[in-house]
Amino acid sequence: MDDIPVIELKKISRIYGKGDIAVRALDGVDLRVDAGEFIAIMGPSGSGKSTAMNVIGCLDSPTSGRYRFMGYEVAGLSRDQRALLRRHYLGFIFQGYNLLPRASALHNVELPLIYMGQARAVRRKAALDALRKVGLEARAHHQPNELSGGQQQRVAIARALVGNPKVILADEPTGNLDTKSSVEIMDMLRGLNRDSGLTIVMVTHEQDMANYADRLIWMVDGRIDRDERKVRAA
Amino acid sequence: MAASTVTNAKCGRLEMLGETIRLAIQAIFRNALRSFLTVLGIVIGVGSVIAMVTVGQGSTQQVAADVQKLGTNIVIVVPGQDALRSGPNSTTASMFTLRINDILQQRIPDVVLSAPISQTRERVIFGTENRLTDIVGTDNRYFQAARWDLAAGRLFEPGEIASGRAVCVIGKTVHEKLFGSGDPVGAKIRIGALSCRIIGLLQSKGASTFGSDQDDFVIMPLATFQRRIAGNTDVQSLYVSIRDGASVEGAMVEITDVMRELRRIRTGEDDDFEVLDMKQFATMLTGITDILTGLLSAVAAVSLLVGGIGIMNIMLVSVTERTREIGIRLAIGARSHDVLMQFLVEAILLSLMGGVIGIVGGLLLAAAGTTWLSVPFSPSLGIVLASFAFAALIGIVFGYFPARRAARMDPIEALRHE
Repeated sequence: MDDIPVIELKKISRIYGKGDIAVRALDGVDLRVDAGEFIAIMGPSGSGKSTAMNVIGCLDSPTSGRYRFMGYEVAGLSRDQRALLRRHYLGFIFQGYNLLPRASALHNVELPLIYMGQARAVRRKAALDALRKVGLEARAHHQPNELSGGQQQRVAIARALVGNPKVILADEPTGNLDTKSSVEIMDMLRGLNRDSGLTIVMVTHEQDMANYADRLIWMVDGRIDRDERKVRAA
Repeated sequence: MAASTVTNAKCGRLEMLGETIRLAIQAIFRNALRSFLTVLGIVIGVGSVIAMVTVGQGSTQQVAADVQKLGTNIVIVVPGQDALRSGPNSTTASMFTLRINDILQQRIPDVVLSAPISQTRERVIFGTENRLTDIVGTDNRYFQAARWDLAAGRLFEPGEIASGRAVCVIGKTVHEKLFGSGDPVGAKIRIGALSCRIIGLLQSKGASTFGSDQDDFVIMPLATFQRRIAGNTDVQSLYVSIRDGASVEGAMVEITDVMRELRRIRTGEDDDFEVLDMKQFATMLTGITDILTGLLSAVAAVSLLVGGIGIMNIMLVSVTERTREIGIRLAIGARSHDVLMQFLVEAILLSLMGGVIGIVGGLLLAAAGTTWLSVPFSPSLGIVLASFAFAALIGIVFGYFPARRAARMDPIEALRHE
């Protein structure tokens, strides 16, 4: 079980457009992420880190190459199959939080469970539990515009966690936050990874944030330039 | 991993639909005024259909009840077929004759009597007064069959009928309009070029509810009418009284057989006449209402079409406004189908709300209309359900395109949308 990687990319390419105007956003990327890893993908803008994130998150399909998720080949899945994969195994955290603006924090966290078809009472309890984990139980009935940026991002983390995903994908999760909130958010992700063994893949351009991860992937021109594992003091 | 997905999907479908409906209602009421204006076309379309059909049915019922009063044992024979059927219609079929009327009466035992009738509209003049009224050519059998009683004077003498004298019997309305309260019997009135002596005045029957004043007519011998007014020997319809206790249906079949023989219609050929009982006669009289209903229904259909386009337009706006929301939903695992359903349900509910408002409004309008026309108010469940179903259909048809646009969005693009 443990030797099957959660994410395994082999010679993944993603090409936009055709002919002379074709852009190779990813150019033969090989990457293996094992269960319980916390990796940070860094790189200059245009290096392909966002595209890599979209492919790993099954929001986008690679043009060529193989992508095994928990041992299953997912590169050729249909749009709806990818949606189901995201629904049941992936949790997303975005730079801009991406909460539904007119819905309460609680409803936002419930949303993935609605698509999982869970009953109202079950959903409510699970959503409150998730909000408790991020310390926002008291704000359950506030709308996003009544919450600070850090609080909104914590709601987003609760939403990502509520469906018990295998992997959390965080795209510049602290990009819109001040230093204090950023540290809060990163501590939270660090804790989730350490305590629950949750696999986390994060894209960031801030070295400070990348330092929270165990492993650092540097991307340049659609390729992986460096892959460094941090040796943590036990 | 597959097993849990399957069981969840199974028990979650209803849960999911409930959420979709809740969500759609929220979206509709978030922009309550916009939603209301959007469905106005549906409201007007459905409302006018309900109102028209209900008022139409009420007046048809009233006419039927009226005609029923004339007697259930009356059958009317007219030349030509309903324009919707295959036989010769009323403008191409030849008219009847007095001979046909009399043979019909002799040959069929269940026919008590048959009165020949021809009529036209003509201006009647007395002194300085005049009135446009119905001029009817017939004989004394008509008074008997249609149960007219005299208020003054007498009916026609056999000699007057045979030789076509210029004598007439008038209804109460004609009497009042031309003579006021004076005694008309013995006076001469002018009908076109004909100077005609009044020999009798009929008792009033009052107004029939389908609009016409039954007392507004002048009756003269058939021969007089044919020679002096119409200038032909046509009989336009036969007013047949069936013996009490005899089967009206049976008599109608016999009349049809005899008529086919007299008019030399071969086996396999269509009738070139119609035998109508009072209920069918009422339907024929309300035929004009059907045409009107049809016309107004066309207007309603246009209104519904416009309403549907309104819904499509507002749903397209809604989809664009909520692009980011769609992106979020897709990212956390909504399938195209889930997004499609979300917007389709919203369009259907929007349309249904318009339908319900239209149904209520239409029924209120019909209640007022029927009261004003003093005809029965009897709304039909069928038309209400049909309107409801039609509103749902409009929602589906016009909501599908915007919903599909939402469902086909690329999640990455949608999330980037500001």
